[in-house]
Amino acid sequence: MSSARPIATTRSTAGMPTGRLAVWWLIASEIVIFGGLLASYIMFRISHDAFAEQAAHTNTWIGAFNTVVLLTSSLMAVQAHKAADRGDGPGAARFLYLTAAGGITFAVVKALEWTSEIQHGFTITSSTFWSFYYTAAGLHAAHVLAGVVIMLIVAASAKRYEEMQRVELIGIYWHFVDIVWIFLFPLLYIAK
Amino acid sequence: MATHPAEAGAGHDAHAHHAEQSFFQKYVFSTDHKMIAMQYLFTGMAMAVVGGFFSYVFRMQMAYPGADVPFWGIVTPAAYNTLVTNHGAIMIFWVAMPVLIAAFGNYLIPLMLGCDDMVFPRLNRLSYQIFLLSALVLFSSFFVKGGGFGGAWTMYPPLSAKAEFSLTPGGSTIFVVAVALEFVAFLMGGINFVTTTMNARAPGMKMYDIPMVVWMIVIASILFMASVGPLIAGAVMLVFDQTLGTAFFDPNRGGDPILWQHLFWFFGHPEVYVVLLPAVGIVADIITVFSRKKLFAYKTVLYTAIATGVLSFTVWAHHQFIAGIDPRMANVFTVTTLLISVPIAEMMFVYIATLYGGSITLATPMLWALGFIGTFLVGGVTGIFLGASGSDIYLHDTYFVLAHFHYTFYPIAIVGTFAGFTYWFPKMFGKMMNETLGKIHFWITIVAFNGIFMPLFVTGILGDNRRIPDHRIYPELNTPMLNGLREFATIALVIMLLAQALFFYNLITSLLWGKKAGKNPWKANTLEWTADSPPPHGNWKELPQVYRGPYEYSVPGRKEDYWPQNLPN
Repeated sequence: MSSARPIATTRSTAGMPTGRLAVWWLIASEIVIFGGLLASYIMFRISHDAFAEQAAHTNTWIGAFNTVVLLTSSLMAVQAHKAADRGDGPGAARFLYLTAAGGITFAVVKALEWTSEIQHGFTITSSTFWSFYYTAAGLHAAHVLAGVVIMLIVAASAKRYEEMQRVELIGIYWHFVDIVWIFLFPLLYIAK
Repeated sequence: MATHPAEAGAGHDAHAHHAEQSFFQKYVFSTDHKMIAMQYLFTGMAMAVVGGFFSYVFRMQMAYPGADVPFWGIVTPAAYNTLVTNHGAIMIFWVAMPVLIAAFGNYLIPLMLGCDDMVFPRLNRLSYQIFLLSALVLFSSFFVKGGGFGGAWTMYPPLSAKAEFSLTPGGSTIFVVAVALEFVAFLMGGINFVTTTMNARAPGMKMYDIPMVVWMIVIASILFMASVGPLIAGAVMLVFDQTLGTAFFDPNRGGDPILWQHLFWFFGHPEVYVVLLPAVGIVADIITVFSRKKLFAYKTVLYTAIATGVLSFTVWAHHQFIAGIDPRMANVFTVTTLLISVPIAEMMFVYIATLYGGSITLATPMLWALGFIGTFLVGGVTGIFLGASGSDIYLHDTYFVLAHFHYTFYPIAIVGTFAGFTYWFPKMFGKMMNETLGKIHFWITIVAFNGIFMPLFVTGILGDNRRIPDHRIYPELNTPMLNGLREFATIALVIMLLAQALFFYNLITSLLWGKKAGKNPWKANTLEWTADSPPPHGNWKELPQVYRGPYEYSVPGRKEDYWPQNLPN
């Protein structure tokens, strides 16, 4: 079904490879999605003191652990980019697998954390704080899972020395997912 | 610096071109930007017929309340709400956006920039497929228990958030999902448009050599990308309120319904400019060609468009003057709202200055372009009354508001589209349209349009509320004068809708028997007119070079009065 790549794709009038340019625009549009959600949350947070009591029930240590996991996985994404730059496809794939492992660890820890919270009676309908908590973290977790899937696809082709430019692109996206968490962690876990 | 030119992987992806494509490959699963543009265009037209039919049904109810409407039947209050809601949503999300941005953007950007396709053809195809899916999802909402959503296209909670208020338990959620899918399709399209324009321009084409319509579509895409995010987050929250029982927008349980209005209009007002700017760009290209003059102030138009875009993020709360926002905030938003008329007025003056002293040909596309300027001005000027919080408090939610935004959206979505369509029709299909039929169609449409909405300004000032399905129960709204004006508007609407048959007749007969159009029937400068009509897959055998700006008409010292962008001298 796929036809030859058009000449348009190979041009770079702006001086940046087309794929990288597109990923930046993708991230720009994602920033406003999370921006809108977090701005709404912050407005509520400022005007509702009850949020602080509810936030006291979140587990800062689990959040901190997940922060470390995601930051480490981002380091692996950088290593994968470096390997791809050297032309080392299988090496890049290995680092991408490690990055994906970080993402999966994050999701598993998140699942356990949510299970325990739900068992303690803090569900998405408990209060507006918990609604925001599950919505924001859930939207972020969906991005983590999507990133993992894309990463595995990119790794599989990088292993065969194909589409190596994509290693950098998924890395940029992964850093973005990471940065969103850097905003979510203090807002949902630390500010009590 | 690590760079990974896309060529690195090109070897893998380059399959041989198949000379013969199957029907499905060519028309359904095409990655060719021109075919995707056609898909968007004709889907948008089909949706316009649906949206137009809806308006016919509820306008009949307005003029002849309780009557048996031909092709529909008795209009129940619930049906009325659903029709009005979906008329609005369809016309904005499934007509104006796909036609003005996606269809013209897909068709024109690669051709005007001198490249063979969009930079991401498969993403482009996916964008259309998701768009089509969103339309089907919307249609499916009419057939679930309780019927389609009827809480207005703005989806204000708590009406939209709870089934016991909206009485459409399934319809309202499906409606939100359809709108969200449509946003996803346009985010993909927008990334493609912006990246293509930034990266795939023909050699020699500098920033100020880009035709205005491409600039406008790109600015519109960026505006869309920057404004739609909060509403996507809001849509997730609204769906959770509807289905999971959260209380983001429920004031009884700690939520805030006004929050939705902020999230919605933070997107909703830039959205007006998202659809306006492409139409403004189309008009710029047409009036220069048909008055054989350089665009009066290229950079002014460009910078005012950017200024409009920036300002459009600061005006949203003028939709909430009576929603209980702080009056001090209303002052601020009055100022920003009135301010935004300055760049728009500047554009209009530039267009009038472009016309001044030109050798004007009143061909059909030119008539539509001039019609755009005339009618949009009425829409803009009446906006001043609504942007000022003092008069808005009186006029809010009346037919005055309705007439105002139809005087902006109609010129944009209908007049602008017809302008673009009649202008690029020879390029798209290789045939000329019938000018006489085109002009008759133009005059009936534009006169009837004014006949619909001029009376509604008056009913609005007289206090006619826009959300009442049957006026007979309010004696003060059931006066002979108001009823006469309503009936006048409805008759004008029916005439306007019937006149569209002329357009479709003209379209089909021109496709079949129209005069063959050469490469450049309008003697225009931009690159698309140097390709064959219609352009083949890949557009040119050899991609063009660019030597000058797009509006070099009637340059002194040249034998011809136009100077195509691709000619070395």
